[in-house]
Amino acid sequence: MLTKWIGEAMPFKNVRLEELIEFARQVRLDILFQTHEAESGHVGGPLSATDFCTVLFKVVMNYDPKNPKWEGRDIFIMSKGHCSALLYSLLARIGVIPVDWLKTFRQTGSPLQGHPNMLKCPGVEVSTGSLGQGLSVGNGIALALRLNKQNNRHVFVVAGDGEIQEGQYWEAIMSAAHYCLDNVCLTVDVNGLQIDGPTCEVMNIEPIVDKFRAFNWNVIEINGHRFEEIIEAYQKAVEAKGKPTVVLAHTIKGKGVSFMENQVDWHGKPPNDKEYAQAVKDVKEMKYPW
Amino acid sequence: MAQIPADYNVLDYIKRGELPPFELTRKAYAEQLIEIAKTNKDLVVLDADLAKSTLSGKFKEAELKKSEELKKENKEYQIRFFDMGIAEQNMLDTAAGLALMGKIPWVSTYAIFVTGRAWDQIRNTICYCNLNVKIAASHGGISVGKDGPTHQCIEDIGLMRVVPNMKILVPADYHEAGKAVRIACEIKGPTMVRLNREPVPVITNPNDPFIFGKANITHKGDDVTIITTGLMNYYSLKAMVQLELEGLSVRVVNMQTLKPLDEEIIVKCAKETGAIVTVEEHNIYCGLGSAVAEVVTQEYPVPMKIVGVRDAFGESGPWDELLEKWGLNDIEIIAAVHSVLERKRKNP
Repeated sequence: MLTKWIGEAMPFKNVRLEELIEFARQVRLDILFQTHEAESGHVGGPLSATDFCTVLFKVVMNYDPKNPKWEGRDIFIMSKGHCSALLYSLLARIGVIPVDWLKTFRQTGSPLQGHPNMLKCPGVEVSTGSLGQGLSVGNGIALALRLNKQNNRHVFVVAGDGEIQEGQYWEAIMSAAHYCLDNVCLTVDVNGLQIDGPTCEVMNIEPIVDKFRAFNWNVIEINGHRFEEIIEAYQKAVEAKGKPTVVLAHTIKGKGVSFMENQVDWHGKPPNDKEYAQAVKDVKEMKYPW
Repeated sequence: MAQIPADYNVLDYIKRGELPPFELTRKAYAEQLIEIAKTNKDLVVLDADLAKSTLSGKFKEAELKKSEELKKENKEYQIRFFDMGIAEQNMLDTAAGLALMGKIPWVSTYAIFVTGRAWDQIRNTICYCNLNVKIAASHGGISVGKDGPTHQCIEDIGLMRVVPNMKILVPADYHEAGKAVRIACEIKGPTMVRLNREPVPVITNPNDPFIFGKANITHKGDDVTIITTGLMNYYSLKAMVQLELEGLSVRVVNMQTLKPLDEEIIVKCAKETGAIVTVEEHNIYCGLGSAVAEVVTQEYPVPMKIVGVRDAFGESGPWDELLEKWGLNDIEIIAAVHSVLERKRKNP
């Protein structure tokens, strides 16, 4: 069993490791399915973020899939909006949207737009796609929670490591610390790659740990593919007082698919038929710890 | 502001060649925020280190006072004001987050910074999600004066017009500014209210109409229509007075809502007067003039002239001198009226 009760804070759910493993596997299959079906979309980023997002949706977040607007819910923001296929799979697999919507990804009239649209897809808290905005929005939500005295709700934002090159992110990071938003938890998917190459070559963001510490945040670094580490990190994040927390998840872009792992080219390219078949095989054969 | 008599009419001052009373539109903004917040618990105000200038700081003072009073009763109170520092993009998206949770956030800063620097945030988050964020875009136009062109916004109406879901209100004076703030709070969705730096002439009365989406005919006439907005209402009325001395019958329309535009009244004026001059404290491109021209050319073409800043950056100087130098005054308007009437004569 992988859970703990954290004093009076939100109780994490009882979830067996096996369940997390299979949920993450299914999400990876969904990501490949959607993009292959649409012949369009992003794969690398969704695959690297799958494991920690699985934990957020299955273990951490207080949420009612039958009532995605429930006023007691925790808030999830996919700041790196191009990882929409991941978000849609998560929403489908916890029961917010029908699984058979996934095959309509990116098609005309679909609620599953290329980048998440809150007006079309239930469970999407805010439309994203223009990078750099998710944490600012999350901070605004956190301030509203404080005004409403809702002290046991949290905001979880997922950003890309390339995304934090956006200056606005540092404005948001500065203001989250300034306003002591300890109900905000940012996860940065540190997969080391972006469209034009490795982040260290395009626009170096290191040292990230030092940067966040200098901005007065709690910093937790983890292997983003180890469920035990992920859960422990989020437990610390929700217990934090007075400071927001960033979980720096070291991941592999394209995780789970042999020919996609750590490859720059697999940012926004859908798999063709042959690639899809191999990718599905790879994911089905994944063994934890992966 | 000194007590204004119930029968106040700015035309009396204009005809006597006197200056009417002047008042700050941003003062009305602050006053309305404080008033509305007394009964509306969802109002929240954000600023970007310009609270002393936009006067949102007055709202902050009121909230701090409330907080102190409640502290005496051992009650905690989170003030509904957040200074976001010199970081407009973060401020706009923070407002988006507040709006997502049912708040009515007002963001205050200068028009150029909110519509310029934070345009993406307004477009891709606030308007795309149709969020209930209100924007007090202060210091619109070149009448900002001595701070110079970097602070004088002549593009805000254009920048906001092209974004779906954004509503734009441009009050003519202190009274209209107060009404605009109240109306903006009632409108569902993103709304911008343009305010001025300097005190502007009071040209309306508290009971004059301000209806969202409906322009106001401030003076009746049949030979030509002057459609104007904001501070230029005053100069339009001055021009009208002089033109009527020449024997012309001039209609003046106060376009208080720039978006959605009152297309019906524009077509009516085109049909009934046959010539239109627009006047705005904005670039001649993409502002009120363009908006009116879009309707006129498509629905009922008549000679038109757009009076505004002729696509150039301004400069530092006293605001009234700048308006004169840059052709935003009654002299320019009169010339424009003569020009359209000439064309109207040639093509009846």
